[in-house]
Amino acid sequence: MREDIIFAGFGGQGIMLMGKAISYAAMSSGKFVTWMPSYGAEVRGGTAHSMVIISDSYIGSPIVRDPSIGVVMNKPSLTKFESKVRKGGLLVINKSITGTGSTRDDIDILEIPATEMASGLGNLRAANMIALGAILARREILPVQALMDSLEFVIPESRHPMIPLNREAIKKGYEYDPC
Amino acid sequence: MAKKILMCGNEVLAEAAIIAGCRFYAGYPITPQNELPAYMSKRMPEVGGIFIQAESEISAINMVFGASLRGARAMTSSSSPGISLKQEGISYLAGCELPALIVNIMRGGPGLGNIAPSQSDYFQATRGGGHGDYRQIVLAPASLQEIADLTMLSFDLADKYRTPVMILGDGILGQMMEPVELASRLETQDSRQKKDWILDGCKGRKPRIIRSLLLGKGELEELNNRLQRRYKEIKDKEVRCEILYGDDSDVMLVAYGTTSRICSNVVKDLRARGKKVGLVRPVSLWPFPEKQLKELAERVKSFLVVEMSCGQMIEDVKLSIECKRPVHFYGRSGGEVPAEDEIIREVEKIA
Repeated sequence: MREDIIFAGFGGQGIMLMGKAISYAAMSSGKFVTWMPSYGAEVRGGTAHSMVIISDSYIGSPIVRDPSIGVVMNKPSLTKFESKVRKGGLLVINKSITGTGSTRDDIDILEIPATEMASGLGNLRAANMIALGAILARREILPVQALMDSLEFVIPESRHPMIPLNREAIKKGYEYDPC
Repeated sequence: MAKKILMCGNEVLAEAAIIAGCRFYAGYPITPQNELPAYMSKRMPEVGGIFIQAESEISAINMVFGASLRGARAMTSSSSPGISLKQEGISYLAGCELPALIVNIMRGGPGLGNIAPSQSDYFQATRGGGHGDYRQIVLAPASLQEIADLTMLSFDLADKYRTPVMILGDGILGQMMEPVELASRLETQDSRQKKDWILDGCKGRKPRIIRSLLLGKGELEELNNRLQRRYKEIKDKEVRCEILYGDDSDVMLVAYGTTSRICSNVVKDLRARGKKVGLVRPVSLWPFPEKQLKELAERVKSFLVVEMSCGQMIEDVKLSIECKRPVHFYGRSGGEVPAEDEIIREVEKIA
């Protein structure tokens, strides 16, 4: 098993945290895992992304060029990464922000109104966890419980009161039925 | 066994230094190594150490000089352009026989270049970099676990041989995260007790002097001879390298650091297709694994050196095997990272 994942969105959408949470969950599930941020000359309010590789065997380069899973939380990310997802891969689109979906017919597309659903939970910033939950429902990468358990390690202690909300968001994303 | 944790390479290096007893850090910010001083600024006060954000890289290396002659385990870190600025100070450390750790998380050059990962400071690191007949031990980790282990080793080697030691990483190793175990090491808690040459106040003993200005007839040659004897000992005892499929390979890849990670996957892919390909991964870049390569040249048909540079380590490979076999090269520069399929194509051209 190996998944090459790119998480992309605006700075402030918790893009780095999405990667860290799933990486921690992968580590505690005994997988090989690497996490690599985009650390280029990013502009404030611009698009940031992180690359995560989860595998049963040794991982060489942590750079993801053609993701098996692309997660795009905003429109510029959709534009940038839609064509990069490899054939047969999964593209997760935060439909609340992108507005449009994808026209590709050679990949699996999961459109989810993550930001609207997060709004329903009372915190727009939980959209990232909703998307993570949805990925784990669509692809059996890791047990969803491992992701839930990772939060106390990847969220700074001062924000630990937010953990129950984030767990709720993961659950909501996991149970999301697009049909 | 320690619990596995996730931290980025820069932070792992900083924590490993603290475990190894480093209590003095001075540096000046530069991407892609900023997480290292940031971590130190938080951790050093917690362990009773000193963190200084100096006014420049030059200032920082000279603060390390001062801390080292007082007996502290001291370090600085920077990235390529900043390391160029430190060269004078490193030469002085070597001339004064002072231990220190210098970390270079390389970025693209020359000049200010860019902030992407690179391996183009190999010449600078392994040839001395500054002026004078000196060497520094250069260690090149390829994983976060190795960053931790080699950082701890660096302080021991620096103290043992009274020499500056450099850890040569790149932007990927500094920025990435992967699981790592940080073992605690009690034996390095107070290395200062073992140093009988430091300047710690001469009450009750003869004054000592530490300097590299040696004007008396023969004094400087004596220092150089002593350094050269020590460098020979280091070359005899401190070579470190990893070899994959050394027994039956036709083509041997040679790569260090991040590039070696990519090459190890290339070897795995090509082996699965029946190609006899192996990998030499120098862990110590100085001293270079000359003997290991020379031995391999007896049975390997050719070598392919892969670097994130325009070809620097390739010179050491050619010197080591005395040009007995063809040595090919594949490199990307300017912050570009070679992809597996690019390297596979190069191997297929040869074999």
